[in-house]
Amino acid sequence: MSSAPSSTYSAVTLTVNGEKHTLTVDHRTTLLDALRERLDLTGTKKGCDQGQCGACTVLVDGRRNLSCLQLAVAAEGREITTIEGVAEGDGLHPVQEAFLELDGYQCGYCTPGQICSAIAVIEEHAAGWPSAATDDLRPEAGPPPLTPEEIRERMSGNLCRCGAYVSIVQAVARAAADRSAAKEAVA
Amino acid sequence: MREFDYRCAHDVPGALALLDGDPEARFLGGGTNLVDLMKTGVERPARLVDVRELPLDRIEPTADGGLRIGATVTNSDLAAHPEVRRRYPALTQAVLAGASGQLRNMATVGGNLLQRTRCGYFADITKPCNKRVPGSGCPAVEGEHHNHAVLGASEHCVATHPSDMGVALAAFDAVVSYATPDGPGELPFGDFYLPVGDTPHRETALPPGALITGVTLPAVPVAARSRYRKVRERASYAFAIGSVAAALDVRDGVVHDVRLAFGAVASRPWRARTAERALTGAPADAGTFAAAADAELAAARPLPHNAYKVTLMRNLVVAELTRLTEEASR
Repeated sequence: MSSAPSSTYSAVTLTVNGEKHTLTVDHRTTLLDALRERLDLTGTKKGCDQGQCGACTVLVDGRRNLSCLQLAVAAEGREITTIEGVAEGDGLHPVQEAFLELDGYQCGYCTPGQICSAIAVIEEHAAGWPSAATDDLRPEAGPPPLTPEEIRERMSGNLCRCGAYVSIVQAVARAAADRSAAKEAVA
Repeated sequence: MREFDYRCAHDVPGALALLDGDPEARFLGGGTNLVDLMKTGVERPARLVDVRELPLDRIEPTADGGLRIGATVTNSDLAAHPEVRRRYPALTQAVLAGASGQLRNMATVGGNLLQRTRCGYFADITKPCNKRVPGSGCPAVEGEHHNHAVLGASEHCVATHPSDMGVALAAFDAVVSYATPDGPGELPFGDFYLPVGDTPHRETALPPGALITGVTLPAVPVAARSRYRKVRERASYAFAIGSVAAALDVRDGVVHDVRLAFGAVASRPWRARTAERALTGAPADAGTFAAAADAELAAARPLPHNAYKVTLMRNLVVAELTRLTEEASR
């Protein structure tokens, strides 16, 4: 079959925060490095660069992913949302508000990843996804109560070297409660 | 990292053609293990064939009451699937016990089966490792092996298979489907991983250049009452030091049917058939459970720093079978 000759770089169009960017990337480039070094979107942080800390968490097609293990060339055609793109206009995202109000950080380095992850955690929970902390897995049981234990398990892929976990858990709980209250008000 | 060519496949024949049986080419799924290994130089492919766009992302019921799971189904979608949660709850628990939410969104079922050991010597290209460089030696036997294998290992390699998902698949007699340029094939889970022996670098029975297309679970009525329990060195987001997938059907106080598999104790998910035989037809009590675990673990050959795993696995078997017995009597 082998059509095109072998090449170690490609042109790729990345859709980031609703904007399309076409760039030529060495195939070794991770999405994390493309975001930071090529698109100047430095909000996404490089922590371990080996999938163990969660600092590089972004949303890909609405799901949280680790941009350090995602090759940029393989992200063609996917909708990527970084911390720079979670707010609407000048208003903060409700999860950002909750982290701010409840001091869900200390140094702030892991915070963009924590917030992107938390946004997805709240959606996953609302969609009925169980976690390792969920006792009743039966689909008809519905989403389990979003207890601190559930939040800690669901957020375990985001490490915080400052140890701000107590307030991170509170911020996620607050944002989730505000979201479901808003949904009920609409209904 | 070595420079490499990248191609995205859109159908299975196309993926096989793009790989072209080249030993220096690799299929790329979620990349959560492969990309990491490429960064450290353990894997040095000349070409990646991306298979994430293949139409293998569905979970469908089979005619005989089982489930067919496509190879590119993500761990997240597998764990959340209503029929998996109803019919094979230990599989959902096993998947959710592994990695993090981010990694489960990326990782695929096919990739899970082919992930490599997390042995520290395998991961460090400055060290000898028979799995990475055949014939170079195994420093783990005399060195750091507190989390290494106690069952089915050899003096050539004592690495463990890191999968949680695979432990449940082993317990429930999954069958792995694959495609090759010469046609499709199937491997029962028990034959999928090769014995370690003196060839630890040869891990699976897949033909060279084959692409995993899916995993089929047969109808396993006892699996509706199943559990997965994982022990690790922190509460979440860590590999197991020992785990158990167990399913149990007790009738009139006697074990009518049982499935048992162990994780993190061997080079592959370890189906505990000796224990299953000892349990079937025996009274469902702690004494029977302990004796069955002992019968399975009689084959254990622990090293100085991992002998704790034998006790750990015995206690896990007794605890999980006891809990399943109690749940059934409610």
